[in-house]
Amino acid sequence: MKRVNKLLSVLTAGVLFAGALAGCGGSKEAKSDVIKIGGNLEMTGGSASFGISSKNGIELALKTVNQKGVLGGKKVELVVADNKSEASEALNSMQKLISQDKVVAVIGPNLSSAAIASSAINNAAKVTAITPMGTNPDVTVNPENGKTREYNFRACFIDPFQGTVMANFAAKEMGFKRAAIMIDNTSDYSKGLATFFKENFLKNGCEVVAEEAYLQKDTDFKSTLTKIKAVNPDFIYVPGYYQEVGLIIKQAREIGLEVAIAGGDGWDSAKLPEIAGKEALNGTFFSSLYSPDDTSELNKNFVAEYQKTYNAKPDVFAALAHDATLVIAKGIEDSQSAEPAKVAAAIAKVKDLNGVSGAIAFDDKHNPIKSAVIIEHIDGKQTFKTKINP
Amino acid sequence: MNRVRKFDLSVLAASIAIFAALQGMIFTGIIGPFWELNIILICINIILAVSLNLINGYTGQFSIGHAGFMAVGAYTSAVITVKLGLPYELGLVVATISAGFLGFLIGLPTLRLNGDYLAIATLGLGEIIRICILNIDYVGGASGLMGIPRLTTFAYVFWIMIGVIFFIKNFKNSAPGRCCLAIRENEIAADTMGINTTKYKVLAFTLGASFAGTAGALFSHYFFLAHPASFTFMRSFDILTMVVLGGLGSMTGSITGAILLTFISAFLSDFPEWRMIIYSVTMIILMLYRPQGLFGNKELSLKMFGLGGKGNG
Repeated sequence: MKRVNKLLSVLTAGVLFAGALAGCGGSKEAKSDVIKIGGNLEMTGGSASFGISSKNGIELALKTVNQKGVLGGKKVELVVADNKSEASEALNSMQKLISQDKVVAVIGPNLSSAAIASSAINNAAKVTAITPMGTNPDVTVNPENGKTREYNFRACFIDPFQGTVMANFAAKEMGFKRAAIMIDNTSDYSKGLATFFKENFLKNGCEVVAEEAYLQKDTDFKSTLTKIKAVNPDFIYVPGYYQEVGLIIKQAREIGLEVAIAGGDGWDSAKLPEIAGKEALNGTFFSSLYSPDDTSELNKNFVAEYQKTYNAKPDVFAALAHDATLVIAKGIEDSQSAEPAKVAAAIAKVKDLNGVSGAIAFDDKHNPIKSAVIIEHIDGKQTFKTKINP
Repeated sequence: MNRVRKFDLSVLAASIAIFAALQGMIFTGIIGPFWELNIILICINIILAVSLNLINGYTGQFSIGHAGFMAVGAYTSAVITVKLGLPYELGLVVATISAGFLGFLIGLPTLRLNGDYLAIATLGLGEIIRICILNIDYVGGASGLMGIPRLTTFAYVFWIMIGVIFFIKNFKNSAPGRCCLAIRENEIAADTMGINTTKYKVLAFTLGASFAGTAGALFSHYFFLAHPASFTFMRSFDILTMVVLGGLGSMTGSITGAILLTFISAFLSDFPEWRMIIYSVTMIILMLYRPQGLFGNKELSLKMFGLGGKGNG
């Protein structure tokens, strides 16, 4: 008898446990007057500043969108899920946004690896995901069969373009001849930019005198920099992220390496002057998709509003997330529906939509066709230097 | 002996019941894809926590390089299925064996170290494994190995988890298991009694590492990718936290820790700003009031609540 009791209690515990789980599984019905969009963003972890800026940008865009509303006055609402700056978590967040929150479309993730990982989920569910800053070509094109991922778009240009822009700018406009390259070996982004920079820099008849590698979270670059100093370059290309780049610039100046240093949009963070020091940043510049000093009317309003709300200048993540939101709103309007698949079809056809980073239209690989800017640091401030068209 | 076997059978029956209930709910859509994902994640975390508990809890060796072995399993299985086109089951077996083999190689020199030194050595080794993978272009380097098919199903994860739990439970009660416990209690005394301490430490380490490899294989074939950023020391700490939260040396503790922390993480994804704070405050409070973890080194049983009998899944 006692044994039977034991068995019964075990079974009861199991059933109770399963019952508790079932309670979690129920899906909430979306309210009919609110349309939800998801933000699969880096709110914590190594790239948290990307996600937070993006969220700010999306919220500002929604303010504009919600003044009129979509589909005859419906409000668009943002649901954020934290992907902890990591690929498997991004997949988890994507699943949550799509199956729990029933979002119409998703903005994010910013990191290419996270965007590629989660693309399996949103493509299976036929929900659009627009990555503001995932620059790796594979985010929108499946490398295995060369086909465009139907439900993945990006709001930024891709790595090859940025490396090419900087190589041409350095060789032609600045007249540099001898470049050293420092690559973040842990990042595909860094490797991609470096490859295309080198290819195009050599094409311009210049030479690459040193190629050094470092790893993310490294803190001491002095031995590498001393090595570079010995070969006497007139220019160093560091296509990395702001955390390490800040330290590299600081330490380069400390050992008396006063040459120009340039990089890509991974530099774009308000943290960079804090890490490197304002003095050290003089004579450094980077290629980017966006400058807050751009003179278009739309951008001026955006910058003013952003400064009023968040007390900071918008960075590229904010601007591109803002534009991605406008794209989704336009997709909803054009398709006259809140069905993810129909919205996606409408987004692919979006043309001449004016965003703060310029006009947006997608090519057949779901990459936007847009211009690049070169930004220079003067006394710790980002200053718009020039705009380069594709 | 008879009593023990009956107990095992009743737990097995309970496992079947839980499996049937969960599988049924997944099949009928009562559990949506998001919670299905999290249940699978829980099972993977349980395998990781229980196998780390074998090293840290039962044998008393402080290892914090578990994510490294998980990475080895994730990558070897992915190479087998994606690059070589061989069946997934083979991938699982090879992942287990290769992670175990690496654990054995690494364990031999490092397990002569003690306490803090071993912790630092294993932390370093976990990172070395990750950095090595990062620089092997054959498996994708920094961008990770993409395009892994989703072959892990709930049934696979659940039954492998049950298998690992049973294995480790029986190991603990076997002669080598008792040797491990003796080493935990007092290594010098164990040595004096004639126990080959290095042998049993390496044995426990190898077993723990191989199950971490299995978990890695399940992980990469569920999340479509094996990416170096998924196997940083933060994941090692996550697993360690589960084990310590549940109580070092308690298997049911590790299981509870894994379930609890995975759930907390899933629930708090709506409040990213608060997640880390709540997570850390929970840990601090627990460590203040129950430094030995939820269950200490005891097993969860209905006896704890004065009921007699025992249940866990």
